[in-house]
Amino acid sequence: MFELGIADLARGLEAGDFSSEELTSAYLARIKEKDSVLNSYITCCEEPALQQAKAADAARASGKATGLSGVPIAHKDIFCTDGIRTTCGSRMLETFIAPYNATVVEKFNQAGMVTLGKTNMDEFAMGSSNETSYFGAVHNPWDLERVPGGSSGGSAAAVAAHLAPGATATDTGGSIRQPAAFCGLTGLKPTYGRVSRWGMIAFASSLDQAGTMTRNAEDSALMLNIMAGHDAKDSTSIDIATEDYTANLDKPLDGLRIGIPKEHFAEGLKPEVEQKIREALTEFEKLGATIREISLPNNGLSVPAYYVIAPAEASANLSRYDGVRYGYRCDDPKDLEDMYKRSRSEGFGAEVKRRIMVGTYALSAGYYDAYYIKAQKIRRLIKNDFDKAFQEVDLIMGPTSPHTAFKIGAQNNDPVTMYLEDIYTIAVNLAGLPGISIPAGLVENLPVGLHIVGKSFAEAQLLNVAHKFQQQTDWHTHTPGI
Amino acid sequence: MTWETVIGLEVHVQLATASKLFSGSSTRFGAEPNTQANIYDLAMPGTLPVLNREALRMAIKFGLAIDAEIAMTSVFDRKNYFYPDLPKGYQTSQLDFPTVGKGSLTVTLEDGSSKTIGITRAHMEEDAGKSLHEDFHGQTGIDLNRAGTPLLEIVSEPEIRSADEAVAYLKKLHSLVRYLGISDADMSKGNMRCDANVSIRQAGDTEFGTRTEIKNINSFRFVEKAIHVEVERQIDILEDGGRIVQETRLYDSDRNETRSMRSKEVANDYRYFPEPDLLPITIDEAYIEAVRATLPELPDAKRERFMSEYKLSEYDALVLAAERETADFYEAVVAECGDAKLSANWVSVDLQAYLNQEEIDIDDSPVSPVQLGGLIKKIIDGTLSSKTAKTAFALMLAGEGDADTVINNNDLAQNSDMEANTNIVVSVLKNHPDQVEQYKSGNTKVISFFVGQVMKETKGKANPQQVNEILKDELSK
Repeated sequence: MFELGIADLARGLEAGDFSSEELTSAYLARIKEKDSVLNSYITCCEEPALQQAKAADAARASGKATGLSGVPIAHKDIFCTDGIRTTCGSRMLETFIAPYNATVVEKFNQAGMVTLGKTNMDEFAMGSSNETSYFGAVHNPWDLERVPGGSSGGSAAAVAAHLAPGATATDTGGSIRQPAAFCGLTGLKPTYGRVSRWGMIAFASSLDQAGTMTRNAEDSALMLNIMAGHDAKDSTSIDIATEDYTANLDKPLDGLRIGIPKEHFAEGLKPEVEQKIREALTEFEKLGATIREISLPNNGLSVPAYYVIAPAEASANLSRYDGVRYGYRCDDPKDLEDMYKRSRSEGFGAEVKRRIMVGTYALSAGYYDAYYIKAQKIRRLIKNDFDKAFQEVDLIMGPTSPHTAFKIGAQNNDPVTMYLEDIYTIAVNLAGLPGISIPAGLVENLPVGLHIVGKSFAEAQLLNVAHKFQQQTDWHTHTPGI
Repeated sequence: MTWETVIGLEVHVQLATASKLFSGSSTRFGAEPNTQANIYDLAMPGTLPVLNREALRMAIKFGLAIDAEIAMTSVFDRKNYFYPDLPKGYQTSQLDFPTVGKGSLTVTLEDGSSKTIGITRAHMEEDAGKSLHEDFHGQTGIDLNRAGTPLLEIVSEPEIRSADEAVAYLKKLHSLVRYLGISDADMSKGNMRCDANVSIRQAGDTEFGTRTEIKNINSFRFVEKAIHVEVERQIDILEDGGRIVQETRLYDSDRNETRSMRSKEVANDYRYFPEPDLLPITIDEAYIEAVRATLPELPDAKRERFMSEYKLSEYDALVLAAERETADFYEAVVAECGDAKLSANWVSVDLQAYLNQEEIDIDDSPVSPVQLGGLIKKIIDGTLSSKTAKTAFALMLAGEGDADTVINNNDLAQNSDMEANTNIVVSVLKNHPDQVEQYKSGNTKVISFFVGQVMKETKGKANPQQVNEILKDELSK
């Protein structure tokens, strides 16, 4: 049962092979048994999960179950859940219980899906290794000494270790795709605006996007069918009709034009990783695609631009955590200023404070033009690079990360090295485009991710391409054997 | 030395929307603390703003009324600062791309001259909540009912040259936003607030002096006083060879002085940047024209019409057209009685005196326009003299009923019976032959003596106009 993905579980439930209650109980028991070594969940929702499972079984018995009804999933602890605590990986929200559901959570609940728990993450989604979580580092199921990637490291580790058949995740600079690559999963970041951000705790508003962490492209399509769509409560969500993302999964790839950015195959890319990516590209050629080299000349500026824009937005987004209305408040503040200073100093971790300071600096009088405005101009150039590339090719492919999962603690001494983790993924967020990472092989028994980027709202195409690859290869079926 | 005062005003007007600028919470005034603050107003994690389109419509309406440039694209920004009653830690406002651009307002000054004052811009922003320092045993309570209420900040050019001009400008703004129906603009409730930038320079200088900003002045009278004391303070400093410090000052109405706010409170770098949770607002010409079509007749146009349609003096027209409610009341009185001049007098003098004394709005007048028109009709038809009419009006204000009722109940109708009044006149003349002689020898003033005598005989009920005519008739016989 734990080998089954979301699509298979839905078929099993429909066929009566097992009930949602059996399935949910089994997963809850497995989480209890295995997660002590992984730390992939911050909160496990036993009682409410079983209630949801029973309700789904009852709905099925009365013929009212639809689609994924009764299938359990996990939610990244960045999505607010009514009545269940939402920490965002921070001490600041250690005891915070939202009185509302994120739109994403609400949609999965409406679809009858079961919430197993809330997954661990880098604090406020700031990190690429899941080591900044107040609730401790997450361990990669492929090698417990290694990181699962971040910030959606908990979702990735849980799905890879079969502690959930699928999970929600979010991606601001690579936070779905990089952990998907490190854990051998399919991680989809949709187009900015495709999925509502309402109730999803903000890191960098103009970059944050919710997506999926699954075992294969079909599962991702099924989840996206539920998540996607315009939401009047999110002014940046886009009012363009959604589609059935499973409808074209099997479409042949004949004539597909794939672009390979030369900047993504340059210095820094580990040769073994490059080899796996090249092998994957060969598979696409066999499927009828043509491959050509392209250039994204401003790619090198994406990390510096991102580390101005994202912290700038974050510095304001995180101002609300002031100890006044909810969240962490220091003991015995002697006055208002003391309360602000100590609540925020004690409630936030080092990486969050670093980014608040960077962002505050970038927005300060005298520096705003040199940093924020300049970064916005670079953002425009990066978008132009993609627009130009997409005149010649349909999709862009390359490695998701320059290497495989690194050891816990290995990159803690230098924030800039850590920031370079997202060198291939970050430009996609700056341009607002959809991207997916799919398993493309193993190097020393660690997964390698292939990164595929499409035009705006090309999610169906990305999933189609990923699915065809997964029919041709079996990398996505490899498991860490936990 | 002759000093010239330079003033620019920043006026915050609360837009009269039913719900807040970015959330569905009610904006009603005076509710129990925190009963009108939803999860967005509380800045709960993951909540997002959605622009209230009605606030946008009102801002544009204002822009059209001051003949301003309306931005086809305007942008909200975050203004960052920490304060307990600012839940998000930033105020959502508009910095570089406000919805309303350059416009102007023409005000009429005391001496009857008019002056056009430029308006730099008007932008939408959200209000903060309130900190409550009482009843919390040394702690501070926060009420977020007001947090997120839409404000329109209207910024004038530094073209105001005296406290009187400042007050005239404010009154005109007050009148205008109420005409437009976009704000109650009640300064006592804080839904119209004023900050004044004040500097002085020597007459003839082209450069501006260093300015101070006086915050949160909450009545027209205080605006006048605050500017006066601040100008005097600045003159004293400069004439003593000192220097003005650019700073924010608070007006203390109890002590009638301005004083410096601690520099800590004002030395803020607000780190403005575009609000990423909202897309730029884009509108088109069709939308602007649709809003324009909803503009009511504005004070200046109404004043002109009152002068041409009702033949009112410029002064009467100005007074009656200043407030939409007064103008509407006046026109309803005219519609009832048909006499524009009498109606103007009664509304702007007698009724207004009562309203001022009782401190009530014309909408709450105990005498309705139809009732006042009814009273004026009784003057026109001779039932009431101007004197008895005032008595009747006082009774009506006291709630004794309409004109007919108070006239009947209090026996106020004057006697216009020609025959009876002629008999009395004849007998008065007969009894005062000396005075008749004086009249006939040219002292026509003595006629008022006869009128007095007739009134005495009739206990004031005879129609004085008629008595006058009869007297002239009889005396010329």
